Amino acid sequence: MEPWQKAEIPGPVKAVLITRPEVVAVLIKRAKRPLFVVGTEALKEEGGKPLDYAVRIAKAGKVPVVATAQMAMELKKRGLQPAARMAMVEICSRLTDPKWSLHGDGQPHDLVLMLGLGPYYMEWLMGSGLKSFAPHLRTISLNRFYQPHCSWSFPNLSAEEWYKNLEKIAEELEK
Amino acid sequence: MGSKLRIRADELQLPWLKAKGFELSLGRVAREWEEEEGPTPMPDIASLREWDKRLLKRYKPFYLPFCDLCCLCTFGKCDLSKGKRGACGIDMGGQLSRIVLLSCCIGASTHCGHARHMLDELIEKYGRDYPLDVGGENVYLEAPIIRLVTGIKPRTLGDLEDVLDYCETELVHLLSCVHTGQEGDNLDFESKVFHAGMIDHVVMEVADIAQVSAFGFPKADPEAHLVELGMGVIDSSKPVILVIGHNVPPAIGVADYLAKAGLEDKVEVCGICCTAIDLSRYSRKAKIVGPISFQLRFVRSGVADVIMVDEQCIRTDILQEAQKVNAVLITTHYKNLQGLPDRTKDPVDQIVEDLVEGKLPGAAILDPEKAGEVAVKVAMQIAPKRRKMGLIPTEERLMEESRRCTSCFSCVRSCPNTLPIPEALAEAGRGNLKPLSDLYEPCVGCGKCEQEGVCPVGIKPHTLIVGAHRREIAEEKFKMRTGRGAIQDIEIRRVGQPIVMGEIPGVVAFVGCSNFPGSWKEVARMAEEFARRKYIICTTGCSAMAIGMYRDENGQSLYETYPGVFDAGGIVNCGSCVSNSHIAGAAIKIASIFAKRRLRANYEEIADYIHNRVGAVGVAWGAYSQKASSIASGFWRLGIPVIVGPHGSKYRRALLGRKEDREVWKVIDARTGKEAYVGPVPEHLFFMAETVEEAMVAIPKLCMRASDTTKGRSIKLNHYIDLHRRLFGDLPDDLHLFVRTVADIPVTMKEEVMAFLKEKGWKEFENPNPDPTLVPRLIRVKEG
Ligand code: SF4
Ligand code: SF4
Ligand code: SF4
Repeated sequence: MEPWQKAEIPGPVKAVLITRPEVVAVLIKRAKRPLFVVGTEALKEEGGKPLDYAVRIAKAGKVPVVATAQMAMELKKRGLQPAARMAMVEICSRLTDPKWSLHGDGQPHDLVLMLGLGPYYMEWLMGSGLKSFAPHLRTISLNRFYQPHCSWSFPNLSAEEWYKNLEKIAEELEK
Repeated sequence: MGSKLRIRADELQLPWLKAKGFELSLGRVAREWEEEEGPTPMPDIASLREWDKRLLKRYKPFYLPFCDLCCLCTFGKCDLSKGKRGACGIDMGGQLSRIVLLSCCIGASTHCGHARHMLDELIEKYGRDYPLDVGGENVYLEAPIIRLVTGIKPRTLGDLEDVLDYCETELVHLLSCVHTGQEGDNLDFESKVFHAGMIDHVVMEVADIAQVSAFGFPKADPEAHLVELGMGVIDSSKPVILVIGHNVPPAIGVADYLAKAGLEDKVEVCGICCTAIDLSRYSRKAKIVGPISFQLRFVRSGVADVIMVDEQCIRTDILQEAQKVNAVLITTHYKNLQGLPDRTKDPVDQIVEDLVEGKLPGAAILDPEKAGEVAVKVAMQIAPKRRKMGLIPTEERLMEESRRCTSCFSCVRSCPNTLPIPEALAEAGRGNLKPLSDLYEPCVGCGKCEQEGVCPVGIKPHTLIVGAHRREIAEEKFKMRTGRGAIQDIEIRRVGQPIVMGEIPGVVAFVGCSNFPGSWKEVARMAEEFARRKYIICTTGCSAMAIGMYRDENGQSLYETYPGVFDAGGIVNCGSCVSNSHIAGAAIKIASIFAKRRLRANYEEIADYIHNRVGAVGVAWGAYSQKASSIASGFWRLGIPVIVGPHGSKYRRALLGRKEDREVWKVIDARTGKEAYVGPVPEHLFFMAETVEEAMVAIPKLCMRASDTTKGRSIKLNHYIDLHRRLFGDLPDDLHLFVRTVADIPVTMKEEVMAFLKEKGWKEFENPNPDPTLVPRLIRVKEG
């Protein structure tokens, strides 16, 4: 699988492809201290359809959400109160600290979901920052395009396939 | 500290010695000035390490590798992922900090080489004793950075040579640290990064005060003249010479020759990037096309008959691009010869003949005066013959082209801004050019979508975007205030107190290149927002142009609406890249002139003062170059935060504070020697914003300082809360960290803020107004 942007080359450690979205639901269910980081790209397609999925997944999976940039406002409009608002670099740098968590209890998060982190190159760099400096953490990119720096990622998808996958994850968690 | 006695002679003949290119240096001549020297004249790499470590304790690096590998030496490639070390022993943190250092060394060396080259030429022309004059009586403190760092008070061009001697030595040492098997500790690398940045600011100051003095640029003039700006202002009916780059003497060669030959009204001279700004500081006739992202589109428009380049940020395929539109290329600098024959020693008429007859596509002419004369003569002769036929297609052609698109997305995957090209082409194919035309502003003109092998059917998306925008381009007519140079001492006296107290809520510097994530107008909108809010806006380079290429609600450019004075609500264009030194210089002058801190060779104390008291922030929204990284780094060492746009994450390292970590936000109260918690001010040193909204909320926050009076803090909080509410929809959730006492709360927001603070269990700060310092030796009364 090739990264979405042509000039990007990740190196030897690459994301496992999400071929069955059910697996993501299982990973979320199994995670002890998951976290969901939602960024502004989630608003850019189809009037924020990806964001609607983020809200469903976060609610059904009971995953606290960190909203970047102006996303807290957008999440609230959709009935979800984010656990925190932070810039992408602020949340990701904190996640490299094995003693840090949103709950402030010294226990780190073990799984981070990302949706709408972008532009693509920014998600790329955040993913690689976490890969190298947060070994205690596993990351799932729910973005439309392959993100090899995460632990799991979709391959490059058409919008329809992407929505189908997100729908399936939400459904599994809502069961 | 004084300067070296230096004797130079091209040829020396004595009864006992005959030598060519003779130079004799005889150590330093004592040259004192009234101020006593501080502890760090000409600091070496380690001299300010303690200060750097103090900053790095607050602001931790967050590294963002592009890939898992290092491929710097033949030991490698080495996989550094997940805690592995390379064959040389370096880990990912060390490697990434090394890359940042490399970038800053490149940037600082580029400015240093630029300064040296220019100074050599000026000294050859005017002599070593030519006096520096940055602003006459208005600027007594002519070289704040040089005085602060080196301890030299330069009076003449020759004195600047000594400054550059020091800087060049430091840069060689710094670059050598990047070699395999040298430094291994990431924080020590970071300290070296700061050193490179500090040196960069020194050499930028050298370059700009030398050129301001010798070329008679506006001297610290808030009313520096307005220049015409935009692709639409260029008169293509005349022969057109386009200058691109950063080192202005060859462009001045053009202007001088035109003046001498009485041809000023017959030939159009315009420029892109900093040479354009600097030429407009010299000649009122010069026009500015736009920032560096306009290079490809303007060259391809075919309007320029002669393209003259000097150094830095020039497309390295400029010769091929010039040939596509039958324009002649003249290179003027040995750093950038483009494979062209060196014709410097040939007679002008012979070079002109060869170029006009097309025997050569271009020539290297390393003598600025000769280059200027050749450029004019060639432009005059080829313009009538040359069809000003550009590569920008007609509407009909571009619709036809658009229909060939197969929607494979290959161009999108090459585009740094992921622009929706296929969708826009589909619309264009149906006759609706608007979506394609709308891509013009967020397109950074990199041409990646047009590179060989990208589009399987050979479509040129960038060219089609420009074609779809053809009519609007003709209307690109703006006004920009040319670079004024330094800030006057009297301006500093006027604003020093309100800045330090916080009553002028901040100095916001919009600087850097045009690698914007969206339209360049975002920079203008930010500048407008904060000028309206009575911040002081400074700007330079491509960002100064971006601010100009915008009309406010009155249909005027911001330079027409806002004054150029360094005061609340002013928009101050200092000039080109090297004029960034005047922005740092202004902060230093506040410490020196207003606060009367000792300046000479006293870096740590002045940086400590600025970090704790001067609410300044840099915004490099479209930074792309290595120079931008070294410029930012010079601000970091002064404790001034810098915000970059999302592309800035590719610098691969942020410097971030953790606002909740109480311990790091303690200062020492210099009056008592006791520690005082002051809150996270400023919260970060190098921060990447995802969106312009995020940047606009970060700006007022990063302008808060430990020294703010309650009135000042309440003004700053007012802006922070107001923007947060408008752009993020609610009150900031970290207000309790910035409200020190009830008196800090903006009156109109009292109830709401108090309710929030109560919820957070907020308590008044124990010592809300300390005399803040991070440096123990600056305690005036020792404890006990
Ligand atoms: S510099 Fe070090 S990490 Fe890089 S390739 Fe050489 S041995 Fe490997
Ligand atoms: S030239 Fe414009 S459209 Fe083409 S890749 Fe660059 S930014 Fe994208
Ligand atoms: S690469 Fe060419 S064919 Fe493919 S989407 Fe872009 S313009 Fe269309």
